[in-house]
Amino acid sequence: MSECRLGEMRRDEVHRLLRAGDLALRTGSLRTRIRCGFPDVADSLHAIYAEHPVSVRPDFSDFHVEVRSPLNLRRWMRRQAEFLFEGHTLFEPLPRDQAPALIEWGLNWSISAYCHQWFTIHAASLERGGRALILPAPPGSGKSTLCAALAFSGWRLLSDELTMLDPETLQASALARPINLKNASIDVLRAFAPQAVWAPETYDTKKGRVTHLRPPADSVSRMLETARPRWVVFPKYVSGADPMLRPRTKTATFIEVAQNAFNYSTLGELGFDVVARLMDSCDCYDFEYSRLEDALEVFDWLATADDAPGPVQAHTAGR
Amino acid sequence: MNLSRSLIELIRYPDKAGVLTLSDWDAMLRVARTANLIARLAEGISRAGVLERLPDPVRPHLVAALVLSRHQRQAIAWEIRHIAAAVKPLEIPLVFLKGAAYALSDLRAARGRLFGDVDVLVPVERLAEAEAALTLGGWGRGRIDPYDERYYRQWMHELPPLVHYKRGTLIDVHHNILPRTARRTPSAQRLLDAAILIPETSFRVLDPRDMVIHSATHLFHEGELGNGLRDLLDLEALVSEFSERSPNFVARLHDRALEIGLEQPLRLAFRYMKCVLGAEFSAAPALNAERDRVGDRWLDIFYVRAFKPDHPLCGDLPTTVARWGLYLRGHYLRMPPLLLARHLGRKAFVRLYRSGSRTAP
Repeated sequence: MSECRLGEMRRDEVHRLLRAGDLALRTGSLRTRIRCGFPDVADSLHAIYAEHPVSVRPDFSDFHVEVRSPLNLRRWMRRQAEFLFEGHTLFEPLPRDQAPALIEWGLNWSISAYCHQWFTIHAASLERGGRALILPAPPGSGKSTLCAALAFSGWRLLSDELTMLDPETLQASALARPINLKNASIDVLRAFAPQAVWAPETYDTKKGRVTHLRPPADSVSRMLETARPRWVVFPKYVSGADPMLRPRTKTATFIEVAQNAFNYSTLGELGFDVVARLMDSCDCYDFEYSRLEDALEVFDWLATADDAPGPVQAHTAGR
Repeated sequence: MNLSRSLIELIRYPDKAGVLTLSDWDAMLRVARTANLIARLAEGISRAGVLERLPDPVRPHLVAALVLSRHQRQAIAWEIRHIAAAVKPLEIPLVFLKGAAYALSDLRAARGRLFGDVDVLVPVERLAEAEAALTLGGWGRGRIDPYDERYYRQWMHELPPLVHYKRGTLIDVHHNILPRTARRTPSAQRLLDAAILIPETSFRVLDPRDMVIHSATHLFHEGELGNGLRDLLDLEALVSEFSERSPNFVARLHDRALEIGLEQPLRLAFRYMKCVLGAEFSAAPALNAERDRVGDRWLDIFYVRAFKPDHPLCGDLPTTVARWGLYLRGHYLRMPPLLLARHLGRKAFVRLYRSGSRTAP
């Protein structure tokens, strides 16, 4: 299957191929064939997936998805867009202008619902020196902002939402997909990484401003490289707070990781085993911060401290 | 490649899985998934020891399906225990049906099965008590609009499906295997009387003959055949396994069907097991698929097409028409014409504006 980068294709060709459902996008080892006739979606994909490999009518795709207008009156009245997984609508449609984001959410869902060949945690993950940093966090913890900042500061993005671990080897796989950001985080990152490429912003009544940020080219070109998990850090944005890195007990972390996993109980005994081994091989921390620069310093320290000989001493402050 | 036929071949003879190309698998996985048969396919291929022979990108999909179905097998055992515990204080003679029953009986039909919900049968006079007991046990109504609720309670044979508030699992409580409004309703009491106890448990399932008859009745009164092929394969698995245990099973099966007035669905089951799956049994004379009755040819036109997986890759206009025809037939069999017209009219109207994912059948 011959691939090229999506950015190398001309805009009108991308539109044509997407409309026909002939384009397949590869993220990590997963190939997704996409059909979509919406020009705004085509342009958004063209921008934020520019570095990703695509193929035309490949022999095999892992998923076949579609985003289109519903087949009822909502095609014209208070227009909506719906996501189809292998020909089936499984979700409520969204307002039409959120169609680009709908693809992202649909892809996230497809992976978390079907990819039980991995143990999947709702967490961001990044790699440095062959080791993976896992950041599980509920919404509102600032995980995505932190993840994006790290991705543009020498850490290789594996995923902003779905940390996928091989149940046998525990190696974390990458998807290197665009990072989902909301509201104030968008402004923060625009200032932090002015050269970055963004999808157009949309507005959702519940979530607010939503968009996706294209990851650095390096994280895409190396997306087939896995990494060994080394740190599990629970970040929490606290306005005005000084950076504080606090070690956590592995038993408390075990439960939280299991709760943040999509398929812990699906994997049954194997799920338990995976989390146990993950705890054996990782240092676990809580991390409180307010300024991104502080956070980057602390994670830098974590990464280099690991290189030093001798056991790692956990520190309770940035230094 | 005739996808439907290839899928059936692969399920019945999984050792042949090695011959498919990557491009064949692209279509096959999607069709199998749509037909709710991917896990069954995976089980067969895994047992035949040919999983390693499949192309690299394909294997993880089957492995994932296996993980899911094995988990569900455990989950349903857990669910069954909770249900039994909930009704135990009232000593309601509850019988587990369909998938839950196959799992409890450790039948081949339970292998690679993706369970949707648990179906149970209780005596009609204990229905209110059963609902109360389950409510106490944590099952509730879920989001259901009043029309749908009335549809279930008044017109069909079910309480609306109840959802457990914590586990999110569904239970369907039946008091018969066909609705009150159907043209012929069997005696539920006979089914309950013949129910058997699973050894070393307090769980009850239908007698094997009734299990098959129930499966056939459900299939041939059903309007939506999304799981049609799966159900037909279930029937084949059930009849084969029970025939292995007792050589004159089919004859006794036929007698029982005549006794409770459900010979027609059983006859159709054998007919389509033969012509769709290619599965033949040394049947009782009247179940012999060679002798056509009036209307059989018409049913063939619809059913042979509708048993194909409901995926665009297996579809064409005649198939779409066939599905519609059977959809109407299913409703027609379950409710009188005037009610049917009102019901379908309302559904069509609602779907104009509201998304299909939220409306009841």
